[in-house]
Amino acid sequence: MSEPPSPLPQGSEWNEEALRRYDEEIGRVAEAHGLDCYRHQLEIITAEQMMDAYASTGMPVFYHHWSFGKHFLATERNYRRGQMGLAYEIVINSDPCIAYLMEENTLTMQAIVIAHAAYGHNSFFKSNYLFRAWTSADTIVDYLVFARNYIADCEERHGHDEVERLLDACHALMNVGVNRYKRPPRLSLAKEKERQRERAEYIQSHVNDLWRTLPRRESAAADEAPKKRFLDEPEENLLYFIEKNAPLLEPWQREIVRIVRKVGQYFYPQRQTQVMNEGWATFWHYTLLNDLYDEHLLSDGFMLEFLQSHSNVIHQPAYNSNWFGGINPYALGFAMWRDLRRICEEPTEEDRAWFPDIAGSEWHAVLDFAMRNFKDESFVAQYLSPKLMRDMRLFCVEDDDLEPMLAVNAIHDDSGYRELRETLAEQYNLGNREPDLQVWDVDFRGDRSLTIRYALRDRRPLAASMEAVMDHLACLWGFSVRLESVDADGNVELLCERQHEKRQRA
Amino acid sequence: MTARIIDRRFDSKNKSAANRSRFLRRFRAQIRQAVADAVARRSIKEIDKDERIGIPAKDISEPQFAHGQGGRRMRVFPGNDRFARGDHVQRPPEGAAGKGSSASPDGEGTDDFSFTLSKDEFLDIFFDDLALPDLVKKQLARVQEYQRVRAGYTQTGVPTNLSILRSMRGAAGRRIAVAGPYTARIAELEAKLARMLDERDEPDNDIDALRKEIMRLRLRRDAIPFLDTFDLRYSNRVLVPQPSTQAVMVCIMDVSGSMDEQKKLIAKRFFMLLYIFLTRNYESVDVVFIRHHTQAVEVDEDEFFHSRETGGTVVSTALHLMQQIIRERYSSSLWNIYGAQASDGDNWDNDSAPCRSYLGEKILPLVQYFAYVEIADEPQNLWQEYEKLIDGTDNFALQRIRTLEDIYPVFRALFQKRQA
Repeated sequence: MSEPPSPLPQGSEWNEEALRRYDEEIGRVAEAHGLDCYRHQLEIITAEQMMDAYASTGMPVFYHHWSFGKHFLATERNYRRGQMGLAYEIVINSDPCIAYLMEENTLTMQAIVIAHAAYGHNSFFKSNYLFRAWTSADTIVDYLVFARNYIADCEERHGHDEVERLLDACHALMNVGVNRYKRPPRLSLAKEKERQRERAEYIQSHVNDLWRTLPRRESAAADEAPKKRFLDEPEENLLYFIEKNAPLLEPWQREIVRIVRKVGQYFYPQRQTQVMNEGWATFWHYTLLNDLYDEHLLSDGFMLEFLQSHSNVIHQPAYNSNWFGGINPYALGFAMWRDLRRICEEPTEEDRAWFPDIAGSEWHAVLDFAMRNFKDESFVAQYLSPKLMRDMRLFCVEDDDLEPMLAVNAIHDDSGYRELRETLAEQYNLGNREPDLQVWDVDFRGDRSLTIRYALRDRRPLAASMEAVMDHLACLWGFSVRLESVDADGNVELLCERQHEKRQRA
Repeated sequence: MTARIIDRRFDSKNKSAANRSRFLRRFRAQIRQAVADAVARRSIKEIDKDERIGIPAKDISEPQFAHGQGGRRMRVFPGNDRFARGDHVQRPPEGAAGKGSSASPDGEGTDDFSFTLSKDEFLDIFFDDLALPDLVKKQLARVQEYQRVRAGYTQTGVPTNLSILRSMRGAAGRRIAVAGPYTARIAELEAKLARMLDERDEPDNDIDALRKEIMRLRLRRDAIPFLDTFDLRYSNRVLVPQPSTQAVMVCIMDVSGSMDEQKKLIAKRFFMLLYIFLTRNYESVDVVFIRHHTQAVEVDEDEFFHSRETGGTVVSTALHLMQQIIRERYSSSLWNIYGAQASDGDNWDNDSAPCRSYLGEKILPLVQYFAYVEIADEPQNLWQEYEKLIDGTDNFALQRIRTLEDIYPVFRALFQKRQA
């Protein structure tokens, strides 16, 4: 810095010029730290537009559905009553990365949002392996435009009710409509359009062929043969299975199933990296703004407002507080990234014992590596340090409905660190948090019924909502559907069954 | 790295309107029911307000597969202040804040989902019930009369609106302003010329040059147009909605024992619709409530709809009271008077004929419109008498109502009249 720094604009009123200056300065410091970001674009919106964005998953374009209207109404009601503030920011994982700034925010808030979203989240989106593998930032908006137009077109052609029913059913299965392990091919608008017809025709013929093999009398002997299952291996992605195999769906219906599935898949990484991602963005807005303050670019007043809202964000109420609502991902994430930096910069003996590889090394490289290659589950398992467990005073409780009392299994002491860390990591394992359901079989020689199996783990049952979801599933499949649970010993139990109901239309 | 900053505040507002209308469509049945309840609850004058609607949580949930309560689960909590490994604690009561209780799986409570229906949406559904034709709905839903009022001047317009005074004033100002430099220069040169003429003899080259220069400047000054296109000013007029003054609506209802709650509710819809119609057309609308059995009294709205009476029916008392109120408080030169009578048609036999003549001679000449609705399946004696009035008058309508859809035809005549 050759020239004497001139302080950045102050006060709470913002204007475009001030935003631009803040953005430039924050960008400069971020570059000095080696943050690798997509280009970004700051969009100034009103509170109402923010609520719009809320309701349709934050995306600038989205297809229409009543449930988004419902979310909008709920948000609006809470906001109007003052029960909640709106999030200060929404950031979209696209290239260029779009960050929304709400017009009501003060200049300080806008600066936080720029640092948090346009640099923090942005760099995470660009580099984290899950986002790199699962989402393609450059094509998502195009794909959503395609999706919206396609669905609008279907509504025109087949009626609102029909499309709505289909979307309802798909939404019900959205969280079991993702590939947890397989990497999906990249989305591309051009390819998508071009292949859509081809695919539709092909799949339709394929499916029809499958179902043409009606059981014949003379093949009774064949039925005696060892029963072969329809699937060689169970399929975890229910929506994918429906899209490819549901016998009665029309091509346009398959396409809509596919759209919902793709969108669900797109948001899957966000759900897997909440702690890391929010923590990362919070860590960087904290670091970047503090750097600017050290350069005397920010006033004390700015810092006070900033620190006040920052500490609100990372507040973690204790388990017995009235405000406790689980572990705050911002708090845990921020603390972990800070702790990681501390381990690099000021390692203690304990850190050297626990993290021999990274204690004392250059923190930028360590943080960058961690950001690129982990998700919440593995991040916690790898980097949660004993010091942090002590600081947060974590403890683990076992709740077994066969026992009359809850048991405290581990606390923040030498004998508990590993178990605590393992349990917390498991807590962020989506495969564990969400029920494990798989397509088990289709009775393709009999009544064409579909069987879904729920793998019981720790005897945790399915919530009552399964009844309603099964209705939706039956509607998509068009024939009987069955839901069975299977426990660790292989005992199978029928949970729920939907008999085939005659539909007016094949 | 330069960021683009885009101001989207003025972009399409209401982006989620499409989602909202889908939401309303889906829950039409529930919303309809809520509107019907609201109509029963509301007072007539509150009919066009927002309304909060509640929808049962079970209808509106979006189910997903999720874990239920039970089984064995481990959870990590922050803020340990008393526990050591191996401690056992009592399970906290169901639903208590803090550990042990897990939120409902979809993050939504079991309370009703409630939201506010805007005035327009409320009326839309209200009208739907009454089977109003679209055209009428449109007319009701907005103020339809406008008056043009002056609103300054504009630079564009049609020739008839040309404001000559303004245009000329502007032109004069422009001429003075533009000619200013020339005039000053000419005056200066003329003074110089006068001096020169005193000092020198003609012919003189300098004097000639000076004269030529003055001539040139004069030509330039005179070339300034007297009236330029941009001097033109047009009177600007804007449309201002103009409800046409004041009206009073006199509601007469039979509250004898035979009018049950159901019939009163139908009558209420009828009065509400009339009220909306009147508020759309008049600046202020007064409502007078007269209820009667064997005696007529003026009451407030609450009592009008909710108190129960028994006994016989003498309709003419109400008509007399109406006439008296009009005479005392609403002299018809200042007020547009609308009468609306709802009854089950049951009248004391000897009273119906006097009613007809009283209505025909004393009341109809005073009012813009008088509507009689009979909430009954078969024509009653009052109906038979009133029917005789139809031919001689154009401001009287009567209608027998069995269901809500029957209300509208009463208004048809009203609208036709206004459109004419």
